Amino acid sequence: MATTVHEPPRTEEEVRSGGGGFHDLVPADGNLRALRDHSPEPSRTGIWVGLAAITMSFAALTSALIVRQGAAPDWRHFTLPRILYLNTLVLLISSVSLEVSRRRFAPTSPREIKPSARWLYATLFLGMAFVTGQYVAWRQLASEGLFLATNPSSSFFYVFTVLHALHVLGGLAGLMYVIRRLKRFALRPSTLDVTSYYWHFMDVLWLYLLLVLLIRL
Amino acid sequence: MHDMPQAIKEHAPAQTFIRKYVFSVDHKVIGKQYFGLALVAVFIGMALSWLMRLHLAWPNLHIPGLQWLSSSGAPNGVITPEYYLSLMTMHGTLMIFFVLTNAPFAGFGNYFLPIQIGAEDMAFPRFNMMSFWVTLVAFCVLMSAFFVGDGPPLAGWTSYAPLSAVGGSAGPGEGTGQTLWAISIAIFCIGQLLGSLNFISTTLDLRTRGMTLMRMPLSTWAWFITSCIGLLAFAVLLPACLLLVLDRIAGTSFFVPSNLVISDQVQTHSGGSPLLWQHLFWFFGHPEVYIAIVPAMGIVSHILVNSMRRPLLSHRVVIYSLISIGFLSYMVWGHHMFVSGMSPFSALMFSFPTLIITIPSTIITLIWIGSLYGSKLRITAASLFALGFISLFVSGGVSGFFLAQPSIDIYLHATYFVVGHFHLVMGVASIFGIFAGTYFWFPKMFGRTMNEGLGKLHFWLTFVGAYCIFMPFHYLGLAGNVRRYSAFVEDYLQPLLPVHKFISIAALITGAAQLIFLYNLVYSRFRGKPATENPWEATSLEWSIPSPPPFDNFGGKHPVVYHDPYQYGIASSTGDYVMQNSPEQIQTVRDDKSLT
Repeated sequence: MATTVHEPPRTEEEVRSGGGGFHDLVPADGNLRALRDHSPEPSRTGIWVGLAAITMSFAALTSALIVRQGAAPDWRHFTLPRILYLNTLVLLISSVSLEVSRRRFAPTSPREIKPSARWLYATLFLGMAFVTGQYVAWRQLASEGLFLATNPSSSFFYVFTVLHALHVLGGLAGLMYVIRRLKRFALRPSTLDVTSYYWHFMDVLWLYLLLVLLIRL
Repeated sequence: MHDMPQAIKEHAPAQTFIRKYVFSVDHKVIGKQYFGLALVAVFIGMALSWLMRLHLAWPNLHIPGLQWLSSSGAPNGVITPEYYLSLMTMHGTLMIFFVLTNAPFAGFGNYFLPIQIGAEDMAFPRFNMMSFWVTLVAFCVLMSAFFVGDGPPLAGWTSYAPLSAVGGSAGPGEGTGQTLWAISIAIFCIGQLLGSLNFISTTLDLRTRGMTLMRMPLSTWAWFITSCIGLLAFAVLLPACLLLVLDRIAGTSFFVPSNLVISDQVQTHSGGSPLLWQHLFWFFGHPEVYIAIVPAMGIVSHILVNSMRRPLLSHRVVIYSLISIGFLSYMVWGHHMFVSGMSPFSALMFSFPTLIITIPSTIITLIWIGSLYGSKLRITAASLFALGFISLFVSGGVSGFFLAQPSIDIYLHATYFVVGHFHLVMGVASIFGIFAGTYFWFPKMFGRTMNEGLGKLHFWLTFVGAYCIFMPFHYLGLAGNVRRYSAFVEDYLQPLLPVHKFISIAALITGAAQLIFLYNLVYSRFRGKPATENPWEATSLEWSIPSPPPFDNFGGKHPVVYHDPYQYGIASSTGDYVMQNSPEQIQTVRDDKSLT
């Protein structure tokens, strides 16, 4: 049993590989319960891993779009609904408001949550406005007779925007969780940080998708 | 500090039966659940292969009771050509997704990765629980294809479009069955993505003090690399399956070309690219081969080192080779598509990395063999299966050199040669890795030892059986025996029928031999000899805790790691090995200047 907790001998190899694990802040008695709060949260790593997977999915869909467009001469170009640009603006502002909230959140005084919460609500509202805006864009296309199966170009438009909107809905759920934790004075800084990384990533992803759709559709 | 009570609550042992054994967040329970699911899937998959082998050797054989499973697929118990393809599709899908991915990676990985790095659980226990239950849902959706509509799909485990994309007119099972297949695999992808996310975060964040990356056991390295491969591979298969489902139910044309006539009907789809599906699928599909084999390589290394009581010639080179295998696995997918009308220049671009990827695989094999040379090997069921893995990996790998070259592959691609190749190198080899892991880790997982005698008997029957089944496949392939045919009625195939009969008999015997394993597993679980903490005199952290381990593995403390993972063959107070968490000062081979 591992009850002896000494300083492990620092061999030459250990210095070279960074001293092992991220548990360098282990308290002297090696107590696991205390350790949890001292070591960095795994979510800070996990979020990048998750974003890598999302990136890969959309990269695959982009390559599918390029291949499909070149596969047959049936690609019909159409103008994107103008509301998409307004939605883009809304989403960008929501990122700014989330960033303001993140910076106003002071982990040292967990009870002073009002400024942070206000901006979180603003982000939540803007996020919902974005998804509603996307819905309006879908309705507009449908009224022009462009449905999912009308043409490969409209198919890809719906696939891209719907998948992105689903990811944004996931982000909204994350924001709601953050607000709930904040109101209970139990929000970890890492949770807020990770949620904001995800949210900003949805921004960047949307800008990328909009660019692809603008060039290709 | 304000949320500390919450943290403790999350890691308190579960009290109710449901939270403890069913919806458990404990990585050990989840690992066993994955293992159990793989066990169910492997026996169903094996039964399907029996049905196929029986039909291939005796095409008019009445298989009693089969008409109950499908009255149209097997009227009077005789399998129709279409139903043969359905059995093949389900066999491949079950074995590759639910056995070769689930057992060595998700099963053993979940159980032992956190323990081997000194953590009390995975980084995200709830995601971990979700990943298993999502996988179980995927399994149930796939199995339901047997009982709905006109049976399971017949498009193969690769589900090539347009056959898989046009719906019921393409044949029995291509209606509801194929849709269920696509949905099942999409759900499976979500489960694996959650699992991979967990494995990567856990390995990076939760290593205990002193556990540097280079001190991680090779099994942990293999699971870590596999999760990196899986994260990117399943992230591609998931959208591909979504597009396939849309083609099937929403009328889009991603994969179905124009003017396609199926069953005398012109399809309404137009302009789609069947090759697009092949590219998306194989971009996942080739890495999937390594998702199946890399964990087995890790497990085998871990066990061999323990059995031969000396470290591998180089720990680092094995790790770097595994990493380069993972990296290269993304550059070779086109070699599955040499016969798709690919430009010869593209084929060359896929052929080179395919040949290059054999280099790290060969390096690892040579390290195994070089380390084994002259060692005093302890013969156990686990070490026998590990040796068997090397044998199968080499035998199956050698035919890979042939298939990597487009000109030879064009002749062999649609023959039994390919079937023999991938069954040996990834199928049975990986299964041997699972067997080795089971015999080795069973004492830790269940606190009892498996019967060694039965284990060795199981090994010899399976080892000889596997060669009897799959070696003749290569011969059949070279003789021009096409695959996917349900019966060999053509003149030129008639002389090969005795070989098929031999293979079928071998398959029946080898399959029956697996019942010895099942008996050993169940018997030992309840009546086996109680296991000690460290029955194999092993060095890694999982052997430093009781068998089976307590809820939080290390009893609320974190171990401290002082040594490289495989300090065998040195004089110490415990014998010829030093455990990773033993503070004992030792003179390692590297320190001993007289040896260099």
